[in-house]
Amino acid sequence: MDIKEIVKEENLVYKKSMVLTDKEMHYCPGCTHGVVHKLIAEVIDEMGIQEKTIGVAPVGCAVFAYDYLHIDWQEAAHGRAPAVATGVKRLLPDKMVFSYQGDGDLAAIGTAETIHACNRGENIVMVFINNGIYGMTGGQMAPTTLKGMKASTCPFGREPQQDGNPLKITELLAQLPGTSYVTRHSCHTAAAVRKTKKALRKAFENQQQKKGTSLVEVVSTCSSGWKMTPAKANDWMVENMFPFYPLGDLKDE
Amino acid sequence: MAKAKGAIVVDTVKCKGCELCMVACPTKVIEMAREVNAKGFHYSQMGNPEACIGCTNCAMVCPDSCITVYKVKA
Repeated sequence: MDIKEIVKEENLVYKKSMVLTDKEMHYCPGCTHGVVHKLIAEVIDEMGIQEKTIGVAPVGCAVFAYDYLHIDWQEAAHGRAPAVATGVKRLLPDKMVFSYQGDGDLAAIGTAETIHACNRGENIVMVFINNGIYGMTGGQMAPTTLKGMKASTCPFGREPQQDGNPLKITELLAQLPGTSYVTRHSCHTAAAVRKTKKALRKAFENQQQKKGTSLVEVVSTCSSGWKMTPAKANDWMVENMFPFYPLGDLKDE
Repeated sequence: MAKAKGAIVVDTVKCKGCELCMVACPTKVIEMAREVNAKGFHYSQMGNPEACIGCTNCAMVCPDSCITVYKVKA
């Protein structure tokens, strides 16, 4: 069958979500941010909540997230997205509010805001992109950097005696009574991407049901920071990140 | 055997040539073009269109949402 016969409007099975803008993303080739943006857009589209969703953008690579999704956004100071999201949700309880943060934002400078927002059980969704380094500023060591993992500020690998231990903040947050849904996913294969989408959908549905804080961690790659091709970075993630950051639900109440 | 036939359309202007779609394709349909786009990336394209089953795996993993998928039941 000729391709021209297949490429017709009635045979369409997948196209870019209408919630995504036409602006070209500034992310490096193969960046997981793009996939997660797309999944959030699709979830918002499918739930029909585009008009009442407010995102809180972080500082980090995703700082320009407000350019890529056709929803309302608020930019927060570094690490303060959960605090800003708290304020937005309390003032506008009918809106769907989510924060979108990287590991330098959520697990380093914003640890206090993150823990207290989760402990208070703020009715928000937190999306946490964990790639183990500070990708935007040049791949420096982050609290989430693995033991022995090389970064620009630990070129011989992270040494716990000197640099401290990697932080599993998601496990820490799962213990707090305020969180209702804490889960860890990834985007290295199409199946994993579909699972992540389901988790995001569930997190937004929890917010509709006023269940408390939902945290979706996405273990991600940073091919530029890790100095690998995107495909190799995925393999490296499966081999090294997943043993320390195992995928699956940590809490579902 | 009733097998589905698929086809993809790649936004070659936006494609950054990360090759993740090529890795995700179960039937090895996608290849990277010899030519480059305006940004200098080898964009992805259908190298073996006969094998496409329209599974949407490539579109799911594409970080820049460049891929549109069509499918018919053959």
